[in-house]
Amino acid sequence: MKSKIDLVNNSKTDRMLLLINKIILILIVLIITAPLLYVLFGSFLSPNVLLTKGISLNPDDWTLDGYIRIFEDGSIVRGFLNSIMYAGGFSIVSVLFSILAGYALSVDNLAGKKLFMLFFIVTMFFNGGMIPTYLLIKELGMINTPWAIILPGAVSVWNIILSRTYFKGLPNELKEAARIDGASDLKIFLKIILPLSKPIIFVLALYAFIGQWNSYFNAMIYLEDQSLYPLQLVLREILIQNEVQPGMIADQLARAEIQKIAEMIKYSSIVVSSLPLLIMYPFFQKYFEKGVMVGSLK
Amino acid sequence: MARIVSEKTIQATKNKESRKNYIKKNFVLYLFLVPAVVLVFIFNYIPMYGVTIAFKDFSPIKGIMGSEWIGFDHFINFLQSPNFQQIFMNTIKLSAFELLIGFPIPIILALMLNQLRRAKVKKNVQLIIYAPYFLSTVVISGMLFIFLSPAGPINEFLTLFMDEPVAFMTDPAYFRSVFIASSVWQVAGFSSIIYVAALSNVDPQLHDAATIDGASLLQRIIHIDLQVLKPTIAVLFILAIGGIMGVGFEKAYLLQTDMNLPASEIIDTYVYKRGLQAGDWSFGAAVGLFNSVISLLLLVIANTVVKKLNGETLY
Repeated sequence: MKSKIDLVNNSKTDRMLLLINKIILILIVLIITAPLLYVLFGSFLSPNVLLTKGISLNPDDWTLDGYIRIFEDGSIVRGFLNSIMYAGGFSIVSVLFSILAGYALSVDNLAGKKLFMLFFIVTMFFNGGMIPTYLLIKELGMINTPWAIILPGAVSVWNIILSRTYFKGLPNELKEAARIDGASDLKIFLKIILPLSKPIIFVLALYAFIGQWNSYFNAMIYLEDQSLYPLQLVLREILIQNEVQPGMIADQLARAEIQKIAEMIKYSSIVVSSLPLLIMYPFFQKYFEKGVMVGSLK
Repeated sequence: MARIVSEKTIQATKNKESRKNYIKKNFVLYLFLVPAVVLVFIFNYIPMYGVTIAFKDFSPIKGIMGSEWIGFDHFINFLQSPNFQQIFMNTIKLSAFELLIGFPIPIILALMLNQLRRAKVKKNVQLIIYAPYFLSTVVISGMLFIFLSPAGPINEFLTLFMDEPVAFMTDPAYFRSVFIASSVWQVAGFSSIIYVAALSNVDPQLHDAATIDGASLLQRIIHIDLQVLKPTIAVLFILAIGGIMGVGFEKAYLLQTDMNLPASEIIDTYVYKRGLQAGDWSFGAAVGLFNSVISLLLLVIANTVVKKLNGETLY
């Protein structure tokens, strides 16, 4: 983007500033990566090594014990599968219903459009809050079912507005031409609009999936059975409540030993649970950027 | 006379006809709206009605309709309770400090990234600083407990210079700093995306022209880059103010320990404990309503102020 002119004309202070800028950015990169690397290395070290030597690069100190215990116990794996189900279901409902509504509201002169918009926008400014929502979920018999995670909050007004903005940006001539050819609204939507909407569908699905994958609160208040727990709730027991899953320490009796293993398991469960998203997000980088661009159009 | 009447009826039937046709023609579009309307009605509007229990003495047996109205008793109880001031101030302080520190950093970060000449370097730096955004709240909180515990790596380092380890996670004095610093660490990079995107729309010729006219780097950043960001900053600021009372509830709850409660108990965690855990439904709903009303007021105020200053508005 930058042309050569400002390279030549940079004054001494400017070049100094640019150098300081680079140094600070390098420091920021270090501050971001250091804790992540510490956890990654820590997950391969036995607790005794980590306590006495700290991070050790000597291969003799390395162990897969933490990971083996996690996979032998199975609660993290089960949480993983549950989370895929919740986040997947949530994303499908969220994206499907939001783009349908967003498309309808993007059509010019649809009678009652303003009223519908008002109906949706009100919810951005006011909500019943935690207690009334909980009582409703209970009343609907959805406590301790996946529906309590998948349905509430799936249709977000924000998503409807984003998709509406996107559809409005598509050239109108396409629709007009199809209409002159006698195509119905449904056909126009399925055959012309949808194929053009892959970016917005992908962006909305991505944000919905990540948001649901990383949240724990609804699951904590609505789910009772451990077998239904999503990954984040299992992690909460391990990381925050310091509860060791029984299957992870079946072979251990001494309390001190259990405590040490529990520490190691914390590291490896952070790695196991975070790695999938951390490996995948670089491939989606351009979609995140696209997402904010659509959002900033208003 | 008869002619006029008949003309009118013809007109009316025509209108009716076309309205019928209209609805029929757009039937599918209305159908598209149905699922979203139904879900929003159930999960957003019904709880708005349910919030009336804040003014009732709700008992699960009698239901929302059957419970007795008691007016503002729960609100008065909350306002007069000995911990009201502490909880309210904790909420305000936590959110205000987070906004004060967390809001400008992504803007500065974007301006700094924008100065990186090589596109590839810039992209890689961005990629790295986005990473923590993809960690969950539970993982971030877990990492804080690991790193900041009395025997953790940070204290191991600090005890080289100090006699006692710092009780980051239990001393209320450190709660807000830990909370805000970790939020900045987690989201500042990702939040800068929107500003970086806005900056990429700046015409490089503007900078060239300014440089030829003798403008320094700082002058160009202030007079060109920041001006371009102004509308984005305004809109995001209004949104941030509107969300101030609901800030970081999930993380605050995870970072709470019995010891740090004097600083970490905020309105939302209090609602959860009193309303859901203790079954004090009406009281919890009242405290929650109190919180949403304040959020709404803040949003309206922020919108008006920004509109006056800047001409940008949210709605």
